[in-house]
Amino acid sequence: MSRAGKITRRVFLGAAGAAAAGLAVGYYVYRRPFPNPLEAQAGEGEAVFNPFVKIPTEGPITVIVPRAEMGQGVTTTLAALIAEELDVRLDQVTVEHGPAASAYANIGMLEEGVPFPRFDDSTIAEMMRGGMGVVGRFLAMQATGGSSSTTDGFTRMRQAGALAREALKAQAARRWQVDAASLTTAEGFVTNPATGETVAYGELALDAARVDLTADPILRDPAEWKLLGRPQPRLDMEAKVTGAPIFGVDVDLPDMVFATIRMNPHFGGTIRTLDDAGSLAMPGVEKLVIIETHLGNGFGVIARSTWHAMRAADAVQVEWERPDRAVDDDAIWAGLEAAVAGRGSNFRDDGDVETVFADAPRERMVEAEYRVPFLAHAAMEPMNATARFRDGELDVWAPNQSPTLTRMACAREAGISQENCRVHTTSLGGAFGRRLEVDYAVYATRLAMETNGRPVKVTWTREEDMTHDMYRPAAMGRFRARLGEDGMPQALDMKIASPSIIASLLPRLYPRLPVPGSDTAIVDGSFNQPYSIANYRVSGVVADNPGVPVGFWRAVGNSFNGFFHEAFMDEIATAGGIDPVELRLSLMADHPAAVGVVEKVADMAEWSASLPANRAKGFAFATSFGSWVAEIVEISETEGRIRLEKVWIAADVGRALDPSIIEAQLMSGALFGLSAAMFEEVNFADGRAVQTNFHDYDPLRIHQSPDVEVAILQNAPKMGGVGEIGTPPAAPALANAIFALTGKRIRQLPLAREVDFA
Amino acid sequence: MRLTVNGNPIEIDAEAEMPLLWALRDLAGIKGPKFGCGIAACGACTVLVAGQPVRSCVLPLGQVEGDVTTIEGIGRPGALHAVQEAWIVEQVAQCGYCQAGQIMSAVALLDEIPNPSDADIDRTMGGNLCRCATYPKIRAAIKRAAASTGA
Ligand code: FES
Ligand code: FES
Repeated sequence: MSRAGKITRRVFLGAAGAAAAGLAVGYYVYRRPFPNPLEAQAGEGEAVFNPFVKIPTEGPITVIVPRAEMGQGVTTTLAALIAEELDVRLDQVTVEHGPAASAYANIGMLEEGVPFPRFDDSTIAEMMRGGMGVVGRFLAMQATGGSSSTTDGFTRMRQAGALAREALKAQAARRWQVDAASLTTAEGFVTNPATGETVAYGELALDAARVDLTADPILRDPAEWKLLGRPQPRLDMEAKVTGAPIFGVDVDLPDMVFATIRMNPHFGGTIRTLDDAGSLAMPGVEKLVIIETHLGNGFGVIARSTWHAMRAADAVQVEWERPDRAVDDDAIWAGLEAAVAGRGSNFRDDGDVETVFADAPRERMVEAEYRVPFLAHAAMEPMNATARFRDGELDVWAPNQSPTLTRMACAREAGISQENCRVHTTSLGGAFGRRLEVDYAVYATRLAMETNGRPVKVTWTREEDMTHDMYRPAAMGRFRARLGEDGMPQALDMKIASPSIIASLLPRLYPRLPVPGSDTAIVDGSFNQPYSIANYRVSGVVADNPGVPVGFWRAVGNSFNGFFHEAFMDEIATAGGIDPVELRLSLMADHPAAVGVVEKVADMAEWSASLPANRAKGFAFATSFGSWVAEIVEISETEGRIRLEKVWIAADVGRALDPSIIEAQLMSGALFGLSAAMFEEVNFADGRAVQTNFHDYDPLRIHQSPDVEVAILQNAPKMGGVGEIGTPPAAPALANAIFALTGKRIRQLPLAREVDFA
Repeated sequence: MRLTVNGNPIEIDAEAEMPLLWALRDLAGIKGPKFGCGIAACGACTVLVAGQPVRSCVLPLGQVEGDVTTIEGIGRPGALHAVQEAWIVEQVAQCGYCQAGQIMSAVALLDEIPNPSDADIDRTMGGNLCRCATYPKIRAAIKRAAASTGA
């Protein structure tokens, strides 16, 4: 274990110990200490059992899924967790997102910020997870991120369903004067098998919700599951194929006006001069509002349609102030080069790396330098939010990943208390981490202060979205390995530099909080891979950030560390004359879940079969978010152009709650990673982002997309995440395939800088 | 401006240069077509005009010649279009934001070529971005829809 890890353990022990008792049981967590947010708004004839289950006397049961549906199928999977224990069919429930409330805090998410390899299952690491859970509760975050929704909800949601079921049984038992344990439940009815009597849940609901259970209900054995572990049709599918108005941009309210914004694209800059005479005279334009916040400076235009607002915004004559410290690519790379040459903090330090390298013969050394660029999220739905400020109350409709943070930031902007602010979470047209931010909701709030109580829908142009992202940071790594006589690595030393995400993010949310000095994300995906190498060091350096806002992007640090670690592993294999798959198998022998996915994917792809001269395969592995994933990419070359033929993925997620949704997520995650690896890059010049729209930031399209085959394994002892885990191995598997085919080792993304894709 | 949208005549009070997308969404309340880029680079706004797929974000109202069909006009819950049925069987959508545009492009493709090859799909669907990268499922659903309509 690394030195940093040991120190952190000591620091956190006290907090973890104090809190462990309260966190052990999900029941406790949601019954106390947070109030049940549903109680205040229960309708006539509606029984509220707990923060997740409402049963009306008639009609469908409502389950609350307080996580953002951004494509990952979370609505369906979390609803199935409740339905499984409640004994109802999925088509008997309707799903609501529910309000922003502390009861829905995501305790699972912040646990992953712990600098321990996930597979380190020692007691102390466990307690550390408990300790981070306290922080999560303290912030009362309700975020969707870190691939944590199902792991976080796995116990809590099932308990919510089981609690309601047991209360319903208790009420029926009272009615029939029998023992509750003798009753059965199925499809929304309680039955007394002795008499054949049945009663619908709705008929019992109002009384049952008042039943005080004396013991925690016992959760079903997975062997008895009817819904979980089987593919369920997604509850959101029909709405999505019929064009239903479910997204943030579709919000429609009486008396609503439309708006767009233009913010200074030079990060941190203010407005120098602004002339709105011409634009205000245009038809359909109502008002121009200056926006000055710690998140950005600019203006909004309010009009009778989004287009009228956008056209008028184009016509505003504005001169932006440029901060003294201009951001450009040269400055960014100079900062990264300086950082990677400096001292890092060790997140892993096994053996004695310095000594092993001190006398390494040149011919046994492998050395390389890797780079990745900034990336945009470019979710298909541009940033937007709708806000209404009336009689001191603020309502915000926003496609967001964090309702409680959104509520905090919007209430602050409006100068009201959080109790007077309601956040309504719509479906999200993609997010990938971008919608954990609050800027779009804050700007909508600002405009809503200027419309005399009328709601205002604020839609950004794609250009605003792309030039005001919180980008996936650029990163740079210097790596070296010493090989033994047998070609196997005796020592591996990786140093990685990148701007800190958390240092950029925290001031956006909490302008007064101090910024932390180190950031695990910089090495996440390199320091915690399950390879046994006697001398193994991974250190991270926070690079100076010249002012580019950076944020969470699908798989976060793993998105680039996957490439760094696994492309370099491929270099080690080549230098040592060892097959890349064989190399992994021998270095990961201590981790059966890792071995399992490597063997599986090699089998699926027929790794050892020979290929025609114009074809090749590349392999990569990564564990992230508690899951284990191996990928193989096959490519072909025709007339100098490379085509992606096929991707095979084997993933061990410990427990697969819905195999078809997991398969779709793995496919999406891998192709998202390939898209970035092949084409995506944000450059900076003159203090602003260069790319502005899909003509110059052009992601993967259907004719470039390979076929994907997925196998899901369930051997790992713990359930892992699924939404991000397909991304980390994708880039290195492709880069390694390109090396196998062309002999060209590409160490800087995007790959399209060096090769042409068909 | 007079338009016929999904078989219904509608009156739109707007300038001739207003793009069809925004007239549909903000003035007529027809929200199936989505805004993704505004420069005909993503396909989220795809609708049919006189049966031909167009990017409504760059088509001014004054140049709309023919009846407009949006996703709302091809099928609805309980009476889905064969392409929508195929989309459900293949469970194509993830976030779903691009899918109205994908489906309209697929409807146009299948109208023109009832049994499209992979190359036909590549050629006609390349203008529709999907950031969730549902492409393999889109391809499978198009083939399923082609088979189901008995081509
Ligand atoms: S919005 Fe029309 S093509 Fe992108
Ligand atoms: S399904 Fe999300 S963009 Fe296509």
